[in-house]
Amino acid sequence: MTAILSVRDLEKTFGSVVAARDITLDVPPDQTVGIIGANGAGKTTFVNMITGHLRPSKGAISFEGQDITGRPSREITRLGISRSFQIAQIFPSLTVFENMSAATAIARAPVGFFGYATAPVESPQTVAEADAAIELFRITRYRDALASTLPQGVRKLLDIAMAVAGSPRVLLLDEPTSGISIEEKFDLMDVVMSALKSRRITVLFVEHDMEIVERFADRVLAFSDGTVIADGPPAAALADARVQELISGTKRAAAAQAPAHA
Amino acid sequence: MRWRSTLLGGIAFLVAATAPWFAPNWFVSLMTIAFANALVVLGLVIMWRAGLVSFGQALYYCVGAYTVALLGRWAGITEVFVTVLLGGLAAGLVAWVLGFLLARYREIFFAMLSLAFSMILYGVLVKTERLGSTDGFSVINPTFLGYAPHSQMLLISLYWLVLAICATSALLVGAYFRSVAGALAVPIRDNEIRVEFLGVSVNRLIHIKLVIAGVLGGFGGALAALTIGHVDPNMAYWTTSGGFVFVTVLAGAGSVAAAFVGSLVFEIVRSFAFAILPGFWQLILGSVLLLTILFLPEGLGSIVKRLRRRRETAAP
Repeated sequence: MTAILSVRDLEKTFGSVVAARDITLDVPPDQTVGIIGANGAGKTTFVNMITGHLRPSKGAISFEGQDITGRPSREITRLGISRSFQIAQIFPSLTVFENMSAATAIARAPVGFFGYATAPVESPQTVAEADAAIELFRITRYRDALASTLPQGVRKLLDIAMAVAGSPRVLLLDEPTSGISIEEKFDLMDVVMSALKSRRITVLFVEHDMEIVERFADRVLAFSDGTVIADGPPAAALADARVQELISGTKRAAAAQAPAHA
Repeated sequence: MRWRSTLLGGIAFLVAATAPWFAPNWFVSLMTIAFANALVVLGLVIMWRAGLVSFGQALYYCVGAYTVALLGRWAGITEVFVTVLLGGLAAGLVAWVLGFLLARYREIFFAMLSLAFSMILYGVLVKTERLGSTDGFSVINPTFLGYAPHSQMLLISLYWLVLAICATSALLVGAYFRSVAGALAVPIRDNEIRVEFLGVSVNRLIHIKLVIAGVLGGFGGALAALTIGHVDPNMAYWTTSGGFVFVTVLAGAGSVAAAFVGSLVFEIVRSFAFAILPGFWQLILGSVLLLTILFLPEGLGSIVKRLRRRRETAAP
């Protein structure tokens, strides 16, 4: 199987600080990858480099066989790699529907000034597509609410729904469940993952909750000190001695609550 | 909604077009200036929607005005359809060039940088004796497809020209607001990161807005120069820019029509204030602005929206 996303010897340094190093991996289509690691382990740096938010200091990223290293984020988005954010990036003074229809209209408009200047923002197609997305992510009851008034979980869902509007092939979710209560986390991930599966999107998600990783990921990447220390199916990766140390060392509270994963 | 506002706009246009038959000359002249200035305000509204306030819009106004005046003086071209068009294009060109720098800035930095550019033009014009330095120079009477009207006919011809350009601009800007490029103004103001990650270059969208506003500013200045019959460096001075921002606050960014109504209200208030209290007319203008900000923070345009909301809540 050919990889949809390939990363070779990726490195990012900020002055003397090494935020990411020696990252080499391939992601086949339709895989769901969970990314774990302590704060500062390089997870978000990795996501930022793939989506063009940060330019790698070294190494190469290719998407569907095409080199995308160092390209601006909007080009990478147009190619088919989208992302959501740890802090939901939405338009607070618009309603949920208006947020969604803006994202849909952009995705449908031909690129370039004349494309954007001639494509209407509210056509029957954009309205229908925006409503379908709102339905898919189960936020219909908030359709006409201002985005600034939304509860945290709905913000996250809207953020992800907007990231999906452009029909990406690969989606990176940066801590989709951060700021969400433990009871709601699984429901949120159920909604997100079933929506993404129905669109056949390859997913990489950063997550701190090991139960969620075990349940939703086909594969786990464990980051530590800017590099990948374990890579494999959840059961194997989470059983790795260094990963165990990582989990128990940095997530003592979580480990005390949850049963041992070994 | 949309056909209704188009219909209302059409009726307003027809009423305005027949004004020379029932309105006194001084009022026709006032409306000509008000609507010419409204084009500049319309440009400010486009930027305002995206969260940008330019304190240097007089730059484009002045470029448009001097283009018209110089074409007549140096090239002997007085045909309005050529001079006004070139005035708008010249201002648009300046906006396009400056836009490569301006489109990278936001908020107060954008406001101050745009102010700086307009003051540079002011400084250059003041020092240029060939262009009459602070006195400026007069504009040769225009021709309309060869027709050279005088006195009252000139006034009315110019008025109709201004109305025609305003109506065309209003329709085009209305269409722009309904397009993806125009409708992305609030998203840009709200969250640039999300817009970029939806695959759109924010700076390029802003650059386009600057050019559109520049062209509108140029048209406004070109028409004002023809109406006043004179150009001088004060057209680029910061108080001129401030006046346009004043009208924008008064009008609000809610609709295209608000720019025209706001500009007309501003000119009327200014004229009456000057007639009633020649020494204190600025006091009256200031009070009007203060009251607008206090009671109509979204400008005159929001009155319509408020009335509609009230009617909706009153209906069972």
